[in-house]
Amino acid sequence: MTIYLDNASTTKIDPLAFEEMLPFFEKNYGNASSPHQMGERAKEAMNKARSIIAESIKANPEEIVFTSGGTESNNFAIKGVAFANKDKGNHIITTKVEHKSVLNVYKWLETQGFEISILGVDENGFVNPEDLEKEIKSETILVSVIHGQNEIGTIQNLERIAKICKKNDVYFHIDACQSYTKTEIDVEKQLVDLISINGHKIHGPKGVGALYIRKGTKIESYQHGGGHERGMRSGTDNVPGIVGFAKAVEIGLDKKHIEYIAGLKNQLRQGLLEISKVKINGPQDENGLCHILSATFFGIEGEATVASLDLEGICVATGSACSSHSLESNQSLLSIGLTPQEVNSTVRFSLSRFNTKEEINKTLEVLKDIVEKLRKISPF
Amino acid sequence: MPYSKKVIEAFRNPHNYGKLKDYDGLGKVGNPVCGDVLWLYIKINKNKKGEEVIQDISFETFGCVAALASSSIITELAKGKTINQALKLNKNNVLKELGELPDIKVHCSILAIDALHAAVDDYRSKRDGK
Repeated sequence: MTIYLDNASTTKIDPLAFEEMLPFFEKNYGNASSPHQMGERAKEAMNKARSIIAESIKANPEEIVFTSGGTESNNFAIKGVAFANKDKGNHIITTKVEHKSVLNVYKWLETQGFEISILGVDENGFVNPEDLEKEIKSETILVSVIHGQNEIGTIQNLERIAKICKKNDVYFHIDACQSYTKTEIDVEKQLVDLISINGHKIHGPKGVGALYIRKGTKIESYQHGGGHERGMRSGTDNVPGIVGFAKAVEIGLDKKHIEYIAGLKNQLRQGLLEISKVKINGPQDENGLCHILSATFFGIEGEATVASLDLEGICVATGSACSSHSLESNQSLLSIGLTPQEVNSTVRFSLSRFNTKEEINKTLEVLKDIVEKLRKISPF
Repeated sequence: MPYSKKVIEAFRNPHNYGKLKDYDGLGKVGNPVCGDVLWLYIKINKNKKGEEVIQDISFETFGCVAALASSSIITELAKGKTINQALKLNKNNVLKELGELPDIKVHCSILAIDALHAAVDDYRSKRDGK
């Protein structure tokens, strides 16, 4: 039996979402751009999906552009705004705790003449809005912030940041791939201009996402072709994916799931704190995502913990340098003030509505033995 | 996991770990890039020919699967060998015992060799009263 506690990486598709997709592979496989009945059926399904997703964030359907996922949405939002607003300025502000699909876009933009300011965060991962305001200058065109942080679960205060952006006439983009359906996103209230979301983090299919673009936002399309998505993003529409994504949203919006997952997280946290020399990272109140729990196990290396759990059938993640392709410690964890050795000892548990209390109990039981064994081997 | 069965086995059931009582040499090494730390303890005795032999050896490691497996293997390879024989061990001996390591993890086997050399250096400098 596998216990899957790596839902911040990706999730199991909800069987109902999967079911919803099937006809669009088998029967209604038409191209949504085609004028015949098969195309019409696909188009209709897409329109419905677009409305569901728009409504989930209080947006209009025409403000939703479907993409291939979170990475594409982030690339599109940032590069699109950067190049469309070059005449106004070349300065962009972001944070140290972004996902690589944001940070590496900025690295590239620097080679294209853009200037990037990267804000630090406090020990819980929060951006200080005053620091942000100080960084804004006349050349600033965009502020981009991760809404729900993917390692420690910090939920940024969008309203405060948006207010500063509006005051200074700067676009505001959020990467909401982790936070979507886990905490409220309301474009009327929060005044965000661009939002990246995707399907596979919320029990939808992989390979599909969306970008919310507030009406009137000056943005360049960056994928050219047949003029799909009102010319904003060309490429034959991934109808099954879009339909499955929308179904996953519909199911995921039920607030009972958040309460359930938060209950599991609480159970896990209590159990972890019974193990000696364990530190929990990130906000543990309502400003933290319900499904992400980051824990540092002093004296033992994260990849060894992850591998030991894996041998027992339990899947979790680590920010350890040893497990990264580049042997670099996780930058987000360093940014909240953990030492490199603490970062290398940090494990991320991420839960879903498909996990159970029994699974959490089993994980804690196994983990206690693993920690004890690895600590016996460790010099620390 | 990107590891061979032999690596997993050495990781799962490591030999010769924990601090050695009354050790003669201690090698402490660390990898500045990934942060792994390996401490190797050795106990030396002379054989009938008067050669210095690694009579006992143990390790303490903070590290990944590859580092823990390499640590265990180096203790097994070096145990019972004369110091001169042990110093001839190289990363290929460790890698051979492990089956293979992913390219990005080969440095873990080098760390184990470095720890052995550091432990012998420590022993020799103590022996020579430096």
